[in-house]
Amino acid sequence: MNGIQLVQQLPGLRRYARVLTGDAWAADDLVQDTLERACVKWQLWVPGSDLRAWLFTLMHNLYLNQRRAAKVALNSVNIDDLEGELQAPPDGSTDPLDLRRCLQRLPADQRAVLLLVTVEDMSYQEATRILAIPLGTVMSRLSRARSRLRELMEGRPPAARPERTRRPRCAG
Amino acid sequence: MDTRPPGAAPIPEDDLHALVDGRLDAQAAEALRLRLAADPEALATVQAWQAQREALRTLHAGTEDLPLPASLVGTARRAERAHARASQWWRWGGIAASLMLAFGMGWFGSGQWAAKHGDRLARAEPARQFARQAAVAYSVFQPEVRHPVEVTALEQQHLVQWLSKRLGKPLKVPVLTAQGYELMGGRLLPGEDGARAQFMYQNNAGQRITLYVGAVKAGGKGDVRETAFRFLDDGPVPAFYWIDQGFGYAISGPLPRPALQELARVVYGQL
Repeated sequence: MNGIQLVQQLPGLRRYARVLTGDAWAADDLVQDTLERACVKWQLWVPGSDLRAWLFTLMHNLYLNQRRAAKVALNSVNIDDLEGELQAPPDGSTDPLDLRRCLQRLPADQRAVLLLVTVEDMSYQEATRILAIPLGTVMSRLSRARSRLRELMEGRPPAARPERTRRPRCAG
Repeated sequence: MDTRPPGAAPIPEDDLHALVDGRLDAQAAEALRLRLAADPEALATVQAWQAQREALRTLHAGTEDLPLPASLVGTARRAERAHARASQWWRWGGIAASLMLAFGMGWFGSGQWAAKHGDRLARAEPARQFARQAAVAYSVFQPEVRHPVEVTALEQQHLVQWLSKRLGKPLKVPVLTAQGYELMGGRLLPGEDGARAQFMYQNNAGQRITLYVGAVKAGGKGDVRETAFRFLDDGPVPAFYWIDQGFGYAISGPLPRPALQELARVVYGQL
């Protein structure tokens, strides 16, 4: 019997959970939920396939479900009221704390793509599988996430520049 | 300001991402860097994204070195065991399927034979298959350290009710304390004539035996309602088995024949 090694997946799962939730406690809860889910969903995992990708998918879906469930609660705080708190100072910042805050300012779906691609160093194809979205959507979310995070870290309001598109930019 | 040569195609943004994320091969990356030299805006974007990527990786770099909470490790271990059980179940299912195939072929073969030579032997065959399945089930679950049983002996009453209901027959759990064996618990298993129950016992030395119970329907003319004790010695472990009122019983365990026979006799006496 070739047993699978789940414990060695824990550090990666925790890291992704932390970047998703931005909170150490919430992250460990999310990992816990993911493992519980794996317990009852093993028959859906194809032996020999990428275990990490499968676990990330479970986690991502759980995260989205939990966010949906919490939406009412989240809506009770107007995110724009927190803008000053969540955004870097006007002269820009490289402080990790500001980065953490700005990251939470990104929409969850954009944040997920950005983190899979950078922190987890996954290929765009892996990200499409985990998030169950087409490649074009991965790329457009990545683009929006990078641009928005850059604006936030530079202390620029989003309205200051036009929405980037993935089309080749116009000359001039 | 755009210092690109007039008419040069703008760099597709996807290429900028691919460069930042190291997804281009060396040649393509080099070619893109050359083009970036002539496109300050795109170059600034790439540099900002590269810095961002590094900052994000640094921000989360220490996470994997943090000590893992015991609760997470515990759940991970549990999930590993759940996976091991799930794949064992598959394996067991495979064995059961091949047994069923063997059973079908054997039955067909012996049926042909029985047409000429009487069906005495053919009728005994399902009982033997039953005993083999008992032995296979023994060898699958006996090595389990943490989950040898589905329901433990602590819930004996519940266990017996549950298995009785599933097997469609009031079951009794034999007491083998005098023989040195304590009931560990039981589990429900699939069989071709319906559900099967497996009760597991263990003695002080950690030796485990199982009692496997389930309906046995014989094909052909007339059920085998009763058989005498029989001994199976070509399975994964030896077993003593018999059929009583259409129900099969098998005592399996790595014991010498006389010891197994004595256990079978005690079990039979209590049922």
